[in-house]
Amino acid sequence: MTTPLIDLADVGVRFGRLTVLHGVNLHVEPGEGVGIIGPNGSGKSTLLRVLATLLKPTTGTGTVLGVPLLNEPTPTVRRKIALLGHHPALYGELTLKENLEFVARLSGISNSAVASSLQMVGLGGAMDRRADHSSHGMQRRVEFARVLMTTPSLLLLDEAHAGLDKTATSLVEGTVRQVKARGGSVVLVSHEPDRMLPLVERTYELVRGTVVEGTA
Amino acid sequence: MSAREFWRQAFEIMRKDLKIEGRAGEVLAITVPFGAVALLLLPLAIGTEKSMLSRIGPGMFFAVTLLFGMLVAFRQSATEEPAQRELLTLLGIDPAATFVGRVIASSLLLLGFELVLTPLDIVLYNPDPVRGWGWLIVILVLVAFGLSLVGTLAGGVTAGLRTKSTLAPLIVAPLAVPLLIASSQVIEALRLDRSILNWIVLLIAMNLALTVAGVLTARPLEETSR
Repeated sequence: MTTPLIDLADVGVRFGRLTVLHGVNLHVEPGEGVGIIGPNGSGKSTLLRVLATLLKPTTGTGTVLGVPLLNEPTPTVRRKIALLGHHPALYGELTLKENLEFVARLSGISNSAVASSLQMVGLGGAMDRRADHSSHGMQRRVEFARVLMTTPSLLLLDEAHAGLDKTATSLVEGTVRQVKARGGSVVLVSHEPDRMLPLVERTYELVRGTVVEGTA
Repeated sequence: MSAREFWRQAFEIMRKDLKIEGRAGEVLAITVPFGAVALLLLPLAIGTEKSMLSRIGPGMFFAVTLLFGMLVAFRQSATEEPAQRELLTLLGIDPAATFVGRVIASSLLLLGFELVLTPLDIVLYNPDPVRGWGWLIVILVLVAFGLSLVGTLAGGVTAGLRTKSTLAPLIVAPLAVPLLIASSQVIEALRLDRSILNWIVLLIAMNLALTVAGVLTARPLEETSR
């Protein structure tokens, strides 16, 4: 029996008097892709932040990568998690290449991996462009290059296709498949299920902060 | 985490911050000219009586350094986006290493700011020559480091708050007052040929206390800002 990468039981998150998540149960095995569908404001992004260990739940128990949710994970565990949120985590004044080099140096990855990752996402010719002079789609591609370079065990994608043109769909698919093929897990959240369904084995529906439906 | 890994992370943060500043050019292109204008305005406002300008010159220099240095000191923290903070967390960077890296980067920028304004202050205010001008270099370094510590600490306290751009200066200003008083008093003591030991000790003690506070609070502040 394998240890689940994600195992949440009755998890809830409150901000003051506002309940964002409640009674969330989620179980994700290694090598599995799970989709979470829900309308805007249903708590999808908050759930991803809990899974990324960036937000501690107010109620409930569970583990992510074997670490209890209420514990502060070690840096080694955190490095196994990649979160691609709504806003690209790039420094505008740095070039696309410099942004990845910064990550590479802090992750103990050789600089040669930076150029090859940027080539893989189709940015080989634009790597010396400043991030704030690049389109949102290009910035998203850099984030996927970061995932390809750092090889996380848990990939969390918030509206993975946002800002990407149709030709970039293969980039999302390729990245997800690569993570899963290495035994990692992928959790995608979206309010558009059509583009997500081919990438996942199971889907959950999140409505007003709680999982109301799961399909095999 | 080993000491070597800690300093490697701090170095990378410092390098990134300096590179960003090099491209944005806020210190050189905006803060230094504004500081220079502030130094220029006072003689225009109060007249050019040499003895008075000589007397207030050092104090004016450190007041301008404090006011404009605040902007330099918490610039990186103030402009950092939540996604960038989360990236640093997921990269497993020790928040204390981030603090140290930021402080060193800000200190270097502030030292540059001071070194540009010092000759201007001498030209405009013509302060009386004093013995032991070599101490000025020590004071400039201690003030730059202290102000960077206060600014980075304030940036950490206010990170994640919507009111951070208003709140951070309110935290920095009172904490920086001892730096202003001590640095001005060193120059005054040198002018009057008195001992400067007490003021130097105060500056060093403040820098040490702020370093300890910043390093120890870096992780809890990072966790609460998420």
